[in-house]
Amino acid sequence: MSGEIANSAWSSQQGAAALAAPSLTEKRRAFDWRILLGFLLPIAVALLWEAAVRFGLAQGRLVPPPSRIFATLLALAETGELWTHVWATLWRVLTGFIIGGVAGIVFGALSGSSETIRRLLDPTLQALRAIPSIAWVPLFILWLGIFEASKVALIAVGVFFPVYLGIAGAILSVDRKLVEVGHVFRLSRVQLARRILLPAVLPEAVIALRSGLGLGFMFVVAAEFMGASEGLGYLLVDGQQMGKPDQILAAIIAFALLGKIADSLLVLGTKPLVRWQDIVRERL
Amino acid sequence: MLELEHLSKTYADGTRALSDINLSVRQGEIVSLIGGSGCGKTTLLRLIAGLDQASTGAIKLDGEALSGPHPSVGIVFQEPRLLPWLSVSDNIAFGLDHISATERKERVAHALEKIGLIEHAKRWPRDLSGGQQQRVAIARAFVTNPKVLLLDEPFSALDAFTRASLHEHLLGLWEETRPTVVLVTHDVQEAVTLADRAVVMQPKPGRIFDELPLTLSRPRDKTDLPFETSVRRVLTALDHSLKPSHQQPQRERDRQAAALWW
Ligand SMILES: Nc1ncnc2c1ncn2[C@@H]1O[C@H](COP(=O)(O)OP(=O)(O)O)[C@@H](O)[C@H]1O
Ligand SMILES: [Mg+2]
Repeated sequence: MSGEIANSAWSSQQGAAALAAPSLTEKRRAFDWRILLGFLLPIAVALLWEAAVRFGLAQGRLVPPPSRIFATLLALAETGELWTHVWATLWRVLTGFIIGGVAGIVFGALSGSSETIRRLLDPTLQALRAIPSIAWVPLFILWLGIFEASKVALIAVGVFFPVYLGIAGAILSVDRKLVEVGHVFRLSRVQLARRILLPAVLPEAVIALRSGLGLGFMFVVAAEFMGASEGLGYLLVDGQQMGKPDQILAAIIAFALLGKIADSLLVLGTKPLVRWQDIVRERL
Repeated sequence: MLELEHLSKTYADGTRALSDINLSVRQGEIVSLIGGSGCGKTTLLRLIAGLDQASTGAIKLDGEALSGPHPSVGIVFQEPRLLPWLSVSDNIAFGLDHISATERKERVAHALEKIGLIEHAKRWPRDLSGGQQQRVAIARAFVTNPKVLLLDEPFSALDAFTRASLHEHLLGLWEETRPTVVLVTHDVQEAVTLADRAVVMQPKPGRIFDELPLTLSRPRDKTDLPFETSVRRVLTALDHSLKPSHQQPQRERDRQAAALWW
């Protein structure tokens, strides 16, 4: 189960790269109305379902109509309960993302820039990567307790691997021809890293961080499933135990929005760094 | 003076890319290396640029042995190799880290003017045409005022019109500081347009087959009779270099006679 989660995340990283390719030909132009086509299907389904429940064709007890889901979401927001949960989840994801991301960048950079270090580190890390991250949960709980530390650790592990792989891979695939330009101008190792390697890997580093963040949101759910008194994951479990499907769906929608917003902020924040590249942009 | 003495290069896989290359290039001379592909032309430039190590022999610049990239030696590759994250002017300034910001600005602005890309200074390389990119690459090599400039088929990917205009840009830049230029090409017209001497190379192992002085006055007119005669002479040498029977080039005497004739 957890293996599946991890696998789909790896492939989503490749998916992101594949999606990047066609937009190469796309030029920045006025708002493309065809984007709205994407909203058509979910809205149609929602309206149909709403109508089906209204006209008594469906019960709507296990699958509540959209109006009730939004009412629940609104109620949660009004009491302030929603924000407590959102904040708890966000804090865990961000802390885990920062720890896992920084570790991934450091180890990825080491492994990408030195053959010796790569031979030393990479086999072990690859072996660890093969372990479904959720299998660490019992160990983390024993070591770090059932509160925040073990949750953050699990998220950090989830974020670490895509970032590590992305950074190491990006450094290894830097164009040798550009590195030679650095040699011609007699750059020192540090200068070479700063003036050529770093800018060259930035676009792929952003992709790696984005898939790391995506995994962070995936793992926060697992972390909150293992016992939490707040967080969107807690809302999910609570909704199941209390038989409140509208609360579960409200939490899912909150997750979707939160994940999308966090990803957009990351893209926006790194945009100035990769502006020179026309492929990473107009993606998702 | 750039001197190559008994230069040989055998790659790790046993390919003898160069064998016993001897060549002296005067300060300010433009020499063009001509030969089919696989003659070791790129290998030779990479050795001079210090990007590869020779198996035997020495490379000397004004008596100083070169071993590795040298501040007085610049190179322009077959591809522009611009850094895509730097603007056009920052690309040109790439090798000028050691000088003051004001002088750097001045030199870059001057180079931009010389290559006619002033209005493109702030653009990304991706927004330039192939010919414009190669002009930037040439400017990047020139602004450091190298004593020796190496060019490896820098115009081979461009159409004839663009190529002719780049020849002018190159000569315009060269006029200013008169560096020694070693230009690799497989285009005889190009060699005769630009060079003071053509060095014809032969493959397997890569070696020098013949040298022909090109003593036409500048600027050169491609429709001139002397120009055409020179082209024909280089073509003949190239032709002979490809036939195994002609191991020895025709000697200096005939050539001098031919040169004196007109
Ligand atoms: N890195 C390398 N390793 C092995 N052989 C090489 C390498 N680079 C070039 N060669 C070989 O050396 C010979 C000369 O190559 P090169 O200098 O590129 O020729 P040219 O530029 O004249 O076409 C060729 O036979 C080529 O295959
Ligand atoms: Mg070549």
